[in-house]
Amino acid sequence: MKKTLLNGILKENPTFVLFLGMCPTLAVTTAAINGVGMGLSTAAVLICSNVFISLLRKFIPDKVRIAAYVVVIASFVTVVEMLMKAYVPALSESLGLYIPLIVVNCIILGRAEAFASKNGILKSAVDGLGMGLGFTGALTIIGSIRELLGAGSLFGIELFGESFQPMTIMILPPGAFLTLGLIVMVINIISARKKKGASKIVVD
Amino acid sequence: MSLISELLIISVGAILVQNFVLVQFLGICPFLGVSKKVETATGMGFAVIFVMACASAITWAVQQLLDLFGIGYLQTIAFILVIAVLVQFVEMFLQKTIPSLYSSLGIYLPLITTNCAVLGVAIQNITKYAGADYSFLKSVVYGTTAGIGFTLAIVLFAGVRERLESSDIPEFLKGMPITLITASLLSIAFMGFSGLSF
Repeated sequence: MKKTLLNGILKENPTFVLFLGMCPTLAVTTAAINGVGMGLSTAAVLICSNVFISLLRKFIPDKVRIAAYVVVIASFVTVVEMLMKAYVPALSESLGLYIPLIVVNCIILGRAEAFASKNGILKSAVDGLGMGLGFTGALTIIGSIRELLGAGSLFGIELFGESFQPMTIMILPPGAFLTLGLIVMVINIISARKKKGASKIVVD
Repeated sequence: MSLISELLIISVGAILVQNFVLVQFLGICPFLGVSKKVETATGMGFAVIFVMACASAITWAVQQLLDLFGIGYLQTIAFILVIAVLVQFVEMFLQKTIPSLYSSLGIYLPLITTNCAVLGVAIQNITKYAGADYSFLKSVVYGTTAGIGFTLAIVLFAGVRERLESSDIPEFLKGMPITLITASLLSIAFMGFSGLSF
């Protein structure tokens, strides 16, 4: 059970290792708080859909399974969307279009197909939690780096005082690609160091 | 403002200023996945243009129906189903009429369903043009030109990546990192268009 949980957070991290769900990863991470919000809402949908699909795995006919999964996922996304509009309107406003787009996040459909359709309810829930936390963590890291360099603050708190010159490019679209590219580079270097000599490179 | 100039502004905006891939981050998965060769990138691009144009037209009608019954909140579910059916239909159509293109697109054709650019354009149409004059025409023009913007970005990027194949890249940057950094540079180039305002 612990292995399943850690699998999503580290070994098969959806963002840094599998490169799934790139659109929200790059688009909403202009600030750390957006990364946390997006990550948690995706995690909520992921856990619910994993549990539900695992429950229904014996009833869904094989041929229409993708369509069935999409309907399940879309329903949960609608629920999350309405909840966010009601309780955290500011966050809902800043994430905007990307909340309904959780439906087409490949992580969720990918886990439904690869894990929840084959495993029990509890295991699927843990898998969803692990993957969701891995995604949230990754988004928070990217968001923190971009906010720190691009606006000189972290979670909205100013850190550097008046004299700081923010690198505005980091909170603009090019900064998203650049940050993720450099993070993956660092991961490559670390994993190569670990292997000593036999350099294993993360290839897409 | 005449209708023609309004449509022109929508087109330039969707292709260059608010490019779907490089500025709005919609459709990144195929952008990174199907951009190794210019040929497949072009094929993918045209399939996406077609699906986005059709999806804009159909989802406009679906939204009118949903509004009629006062169940607008079912938007997301309805749209994704429409898009899935549409992609399935395009797949069957291509298989019958242009089998060569069908086989060269392979797995990427069904994956258009989960291309967030398609669902993204459908939702944007509703939020942007709901209640506007000629909203149907504007939605379809926006959908088509957004698809053209997607194609432009993916074909340009595939051209760069083909050259990267044969260049000497530092070991740690090989694979995904250099791809992302290239995308970043391309995105900087597209930011030059942000000065284009009407």
